[in-house]
Amino acid sequence: MDAIFLQILNGLDKGSAYALIALGLTLIFGTLGVVNFAHGALFMVGAFIAVTFSKVLEISKVTVDPDKVDFLGNPAKIKVPYVVDWFGSFGDWIIDYTIPISLLFAIPVMILIGVIMERGLIRHFYHRPHADQILVTFGLAIVMGELIKLWFGSESIPVHVPEAYKSALDIGVWFGFEPGSVIYPNWRLVYFFFSVIVLSGVFAFLRFTTFGMVVRAGMADRETVGLLGININKRFTIMFGIAAAVAGTAGVMYTGVNKPVFHMGMDFLVLSFVVVVVGGMGSLRGAVAAGFLLGILESFASMPLVKDAIAAIGLPSIDQIIIYLVAVVILLVRPRGLMGKAGVMED
Amino acid sequence: MVRFNDKLTLLIFTALVLAAPLILAPTGAAYPDLMQRFAIYGIFAIGFNILFGLTGYLSFGHAAFLGVGSYAAMWMFKLLSMNIIPALILSVIIAGLFSLVIGYISLRRSGIYFSILTLAFAEMSYKMAYSVLTPLTNGETGLQLALDDPRILDGVQAQDSLPSTNLFGFEMKEVFWNPHIFGYDLQFNYGYYVCAILLILSFYIAMRIFRSPFGLMLRAVKTNQTRLNYTGISSRPYTLAAFVISGMFAGLAGGLLATMDPSVGAERMQWTVGGEVVLMVVLGGMGTLIGPFLGAIFIKYFENIFSKINEGVVHGWFAYLPDWADNLLAAIVSPFVGKGWHLTLGLLFMIVVIFLPGGLVDGGRRLFRWVIRADKKDIGV
Repeated sequence: MDAIFLQILNGLDKGSAYALIALGLTLIFGTLGVVNFAHGALFMVGAFIAVTFSKVLEISKVTVDPDKVDFLGNPAKIKVPYVVDWFGSFGDWIIDYTIPISLLFAIPVMILIGVIMERGLIRHFYHRPHADQILVTFGLAIVMGELIKLWFGSESIPVHVPEAYKSALDIGVWFGFEPGSVIYPNWRLVYFFFSVIVLSGVFAFLRFTTFGMVVRAGMADRETVGLLGININKRFTIMFGIAAAVAGTAGVMYTGVNKPVFHMGMDFLVLSFVVVVVGGMGSLRGAVAAGFLLGILESFASMPLVKDAIAAIGLPSIDQIIIYLVAVVILLVRPRGLMGKAGVMED
Repeated sequence: MVRFNDKLTLLIFTALVLAAPLILAPTGAAYPDLMQRFAIYGIFAIGFNILFGLTGYLSFGHAAFLGVGSYAAMWMFKLLSMNIIPALILSVIIAGLFSLVIGYISLRRSGIYFSILTLAFAEMSYKMAYSVLTPLTNGETGLQLALDDPRILDGVQAQDSLPSTNLFGFEMKEVFWNPHIFGYDLQFNYGYYVCAILLILSFYIAMRIFRSPFGLMLRAVKTNQTRLNYTGISSRPYTLAAFVISGMFAGLAGGLLATMDPSVGAERMQWTVGGEVVLMVVLGGMGTLIGPFLGAIFIKYFENIFSKINEGVVHGWFAYLPDWADNLLAAIVSPFVGKGWHLTLGLLFMIVVIFLPGGLVDGGRRLFRWVIRADKKDIGV
């Protein structure tokens, strides 16, 4: 029982990332009708905003301490980051909370990147075939990945999580399991709650604001909304920015779970597409549900117990491919996906 | 019916391909390994173009067929014989069967869904080659020849070194003619000519498909599938046939890659490899006969040449300039060459998709027309 609970928890953090990226993909697809192959790259750019911020914070003033010598006998150099030099203990706090603070930078930067992308590139592809849209965003994804590689190198770069969240939590005790049976890293829990907040924020924004209402109306029938004298294109551009910001902040927070590397966007992209397809193209709720579902499913399939059971009935281990298998089955049995509307992209 | 123009094209194509070691000598690309890659990826791209160029179905999954072809060829080398004939035949058959299965499922959907489905299948095959199918693929280590492989047809030979691939005794790697012409050291090897002949054959087949009623039907699928369906024709058998044909071409290319270097790793099945063939076809000009081959040459050539340019070479180019200009230009150029070659490729690809959807072939055509028009203006016609 506790093992099952642990696997659900394990699936949640990956599922959170899938859900956040898939939500952005679906938003873009639902509003603009464009399949954005560069969406994974936006996730990656977000992660590297956190990396940049932590590098900036590490810029240090070097002073020579005459009293101490290092092992070569030279006077020891002491590095003090400028923020600490200027702000004292507040500076230490800033360095400790690098990741959450970089969210503040990531949101405007990602919105800007998103708006530039839409205005500068994708706008010119609305009337071109879907294949062209895929190709140009695929090219953009390559370029963005390579630019990051050029700047940061091809090694993964660690970003430290705040000291207070470094340890793991004995979560099982809360639910009446044996102490020590379900231990879960704090940061992953933070990531899950963060994604829940972002997801509900986006849903609330679409549901309860006039802006969101217009966007939803535009998703349902773009032309009519346009005929009513509303500049729907402008609102869709802003939605693209928001989708980019969702992906970017997901990337920022993910640096605490895994070390960012330039190809992480591509790695997540394929799975996010699968998530979108399983959830139903154009359905926001479907994307989120499928994200968590597939994340949990993936972690279940890699559970030793399940692996043994599958081996016992003579099948090879399927933990690596379970997501794809599910996607294929769902597409064949129910082409519109779990929660897709009938008639949307069913051909 | 083969039109006169086509006969001429085929003739010129054949002549150019057969004389490649001589023609490519001044470009520095005339070593057998690279030329073989030109031909192999040319076959891959020509096949892919039959699906993508004619029907407009964008598949990201063709790397899987390339990989399957390679694995099939390797097993023939291990079990049957080092002769490449059975290996190539099996790789085409296996890739054909595999693409039949994947195509049958994927082609139930079209447009974006099709692309995503093929992407998912490619990634699934890649992951399977790593994990589930380890007995067949040897997992992460990759499939390699071993001294104690049975090789039934070759008979039992006491060997101290691994045998090399051959065609009835002619070793693929062997350079059979090494002349000195115009100051260039030319190398003619069997491997390239095997690939070249298969390339010409593939080109011919593609040409016949392009000109056939079947090809016309595939174009109809691209132009307006709905209308095709309303006329009472089911398009799926046609698209499936195109999918399988392109899969077989990919399998042949995979088999040839194995004859060139008898070892296969699962990374050959990764979807980014399938993305590369998309780049080739789009860069060269999708839907044209010669475009995909040009795209393949273009990418493979610059991949080899560009990626070898380091900062020192760049400085060499601008050495005649004053120091500051040299440094400035080198700083601008060097991110785009050497390790940054993929950046150049990505940018170039985007530029082609945005401004020149017809690819290099279309660009050449436009340039040609522009020159002719300028000519006519001069003489006042």
